[in-house]
Amino acid sequence: AYRTDEGQPWVLPVVKKVEQMIANDNSLNHEYLPILGLPEFRANASRIALGDDSPAIKENRVGSVQSLGGTGALRIGAEFLRRWYNGNNNTATPVYVSAPSWENHNSVFMDAGFKDIRTYHYWDAAKRGLDLQGLLNDLEHAPEFSIFILHACAHNPTGTDPTPEQWKQIAAVMKRRSLFPFFDSAYQGFASGSLDKDAWAVRYFVSEGFELFCAQSFSKNFGLYNERVGNLTVVGKDADNVQRALSQMEKIVRTTWSNPPSQGARIVATTLSSPQLFDEWKGNVKTMADRVLLMRSELRSRLEALGTPGTWNHITEQIGMFSFTGLNPKQVEYMVKEKHIYLMASGRINMCGLTTKNLDYVAKSIHEAVTKIQ
Amino acid sequence: SSWWSHVEMGPPDPILGVTEAYKRDTNSKKMNLGVGAYRDDNGKPYVLNCVRKAEAMIASKKMDKEYLPIGGLADFTRASAELALGENSEAFKSGRYVTVQGISGTGCLRIGANFLHRFFKASRDVYLPKPSWGNHTPIFRDAGMQLQAYRYYDPKTCSLDFSGAVDDISKIPEKSIILLHACAHNPTGVDPRQEQWKELAAVVKKRNLLVYFDMAYQGFASGDINRDAWAVRYFIEQGLNIVLAQSFAKNMGLYGERVGAFTVICSDADEAKRVESQLKILIRPMYSNPPVNGARIASMILNTPDLRKEWLTEVKGMADRIISMRTQLVSNLKKEGSSHNWQHITDQIGMFCFTGLKPEQVERLIKEFSVYMTKDGRISVAGVTSGNVGYLAHAIHQVTK
Repeated sequence: AYRTDEGQPWVLPVVKKVEQMIANDNSLNHEYLPILGLPEFRANASRIALGDDSPAIKENRVGSVQSLGGTGALRIGAEFLRRWYNGNNNTATPVYVSAPSWENHNSVFMDAGFKDIRTYHYWDAAKRGLDLQGLLNDLEHAPEFSIFILHACAHNPTGTDPTPEQWKQIAAVMKRRSLFPFFDSAYQGFASGSLDKDAWAVRYFVSEGFELFCAQSFSKNFGLYNERVGNLTVVGKDADNVQRALSQMEKIVRTTWSNPPSQGARIVATTLSSPQLFDEWKGNVKTMADRVLLMRSELRSRLEALGTPGTWNHITEQIGMFSFTGLNPKQVEYMVKEKHIYLMASGRINMCGLTTKNLDYVAKSIHEAVTKIQ
Repeated sequence: SSWWSHVEMGPPDPILGVTEAYKRDTNSKKMNLGVGAYRDDNGKPYVLNCVRKAEAMIASKKMDKEYLPIGGLADFTRASAELALGENSEAFKSGRYVTVQGISGTGCLRIGANFLHRFFKASRDVYLPKPSWGNHTPIFRDAGMQLQAYRYYDPKTCSLDFSGAVDDISKIPEKSIILLHACAHNPTGVDPRQEQWKELAAVVKKRNLLVYFDMAYQGFASGDINRDAWAVRYFIEQGLNIVLAQSFAKNMGLYGERVGAFTVICSDADEAKRVESQLKILIRPMYSNPPVNGARIASMILNTPDLRKEWLTEVKGMADRIISMRTQLVSNLKKEGSSHNWQHITDQIGMFCFTGLKPEQVERLIKEFSVYMTKDGRISVAGVTSGNVGYLAHAIHQVTK
C-alpha cells in the first residue's frame, strides 16, 4: 500500500471530496447493484484501460464486470475461461504465470479449476532485468491456446516491464501461436504517473486484434484498498460474442457474490465521469507516482555515492511500487535482523516505505549488507 | 472468429430479471413484488436511521482505506457471532467458533460450500428444502457439491409438510449436509414452530447430519432478533456443531454494501483457529479481503448501545409493517369476494409469501395487471403498501375467481 513521506496511509483528496458528495446526496440509498455492477463504473473503468478513442469501445465489443478488487476480476475471468475457453470445461488448458509473480495468481487459477499451471521465464537474476529470450522461448513452446497472465505495467514483484518494442515481440509470438492474453492491471497511473503510458501494452494488444481479458484494480491508483473496487474488461471480436460471454459471467458472479459492493464503485464512477474530478484524480495519482519515482532516484544516487558494490541502475529502471533489489536471502536477513528494515526474502522492497527521513539509513544499511555479507 | 463463438446466451436470472422487466413497464399501477428488498409504505427504499447515524459517525472518524484482514473486520465478525448465537451462548463465550466476514449471504454460502467441498469428505450431498431460494442450487453446484431435497412445503395447504419433512430427513444418509432456513423461509414464508424445530433437531442428530443454517432475516421475520435466532441457538445447544451464513442485507437495509458473516461452530478454540486458517486460504484467491464500508456500519450499530437499540426498534418496525400488509391483503381479498382460503398469507412470515398462484395465473398478473412476481407465485410482501394492497387484492381475485 502507498505511504506518504510521513510513512502514513493516504486517502486521496479527490476521494475525500467525492465521499462527502456521496454522503450529502440524500437521493442515494443502499439498494443492490446489478449483478455486473454499477453501469457508470463499468463503462468508465474500461474506458480508462482502453483509452477514450479505443476502436474496441467504438465498435461496441467491450464488456465489463465490476469485481471485488483486482483479485475478484482475475477470479471471475479465470472461472469463465475454465468453463468456456478452448472447449467446454477444459481444465487442462495450460495457464502460464511469470517467474516470479504475485503469489496469489497461482491460487486464483487453481481454485478456478485449472490443473496445469506453469511458469514462464521473466526475471533474469544475473542481469537484474527481463529475461526476454527466455520469455519468447516459452511463448514459442507453449501449447497452442495456452493462457498467459501478463502484468500490464509495474510488474509485481520485480518492477521490471518489457519495453514497447519488447511488448511488440511478445504480441507477435502470441498472435502466431494463438495464445490468450490475460492482463493484470493493478497500477495504471501509479507506475509512470501517466494513465496512457501505463496502459500502452493493453492497448497495443487490442490494436493488434487480440481478444483479451484485463483485470483492473483501483486499490492503488484510487487508494481504495478496502472498498474492493475492480473491473474485468473483456475485449471480444464483436458485440454479439461479448454479450454472450457477459451473460455467462453473470451466472458466475451470481454464485460467487451475487452483486458487487456499491461504495467504492460510486466513488470511482463519480470521479471518472466528471472532467474536473478526473483531472484532480490524475493529479493525485501523479503525486503518488512522483514520490515513488523520487525515492527510486534518491536511493540509487545514495548507493552510487556510497560506492556500494554492484550496479544500481535497476532501482530507477524498475517501475511501480516494488523493486527487486538483488539482495540475496542472507543479505535480507541481515537487513531484517540487524537493521530492522523489513523486506521480502526475494529481495523485494516496497518503495512506498521509503521516506526522505529514512533514505540515508536504508542506503547505508544496504551498503552494509552488500559489503558484509556474500 | 471469436473464442466465444460457442458460448451460449445465459438465461436471465429469474429473480433479478423480474425487476428488470418491471422497470421496462410503463403502466402507472405497476407493482414490483419480485426481489426481496424492503420498501416503506410509500414503496420507497428505506435507509435506516441508525444506518445514517452510523455513517455520520464513521465519516467523522476519518478512517483510512487500508486493506481489511482476509477474515474481515474483527469488531464486526465478533458482534455478528454474538448476535446470532446470543451473548450467553456457551459456544460464543468459550470461543469455540470462527466467524469470517463474507460478501453478504451469497458470499457466505459460497465460502461455506467451498469449505465443505474441500474439507467435508464424508459426503458431497447437500439436502435443500423443497423449495428453496433459487440461488442455493447453483451456489452449491459451482462449489462441486451435489444437490438433493427433502419435502418441506405442502402446496395443498400452503404450509409446512412436517410429517413429509421428518420422513425424508430421517432417511437422509448419515453424515450428509442439510441446509435449513433459520427463519422466514425463502420463498415460502413457512417456518416450523418451536416444537417442530425440536423434533427436527432430534432427527438431524440421530442421522448425524451436518447442519448448514442460512439466516438472512434475523429480526426481520418476527421483529425479535432472539426469537428469529431460536432454531440456530437450539441446535447448537443440542450439541450440533453447525455452520451458519448470516446476511445483513435486509435487517439493516445494507443490500448493496454486501455485509455478511460466515460462522463455523467447532469442538474447541484450537479447532476454530485451524478452520479459520483454511477459510482464509479459500477467500484469498476469490477476492483477497472483504469490503469495509458495510461492515463498519454494521459494527458501529451492533457495538454502540444507543444505535443498537434504535436498530432493534427499526427492524421491528419493518417486520410489523410487513405483518400488517399480510393482514390487509387477506381482508382486501375477502372484500373482493374471494371464496378461497387465504389464511396462509397471514400464517407465513417474513418478506415472502407463497401465494399458491399457478404459473398461468402469475403470467396473467404480470401481463394484464403489471403485477410482477416470480413464476412460483412468490410475492415480496415488502413491495405491498397501504396504497396498492387494494389493487393487488383485486388483481389476485381476478385471476383466481
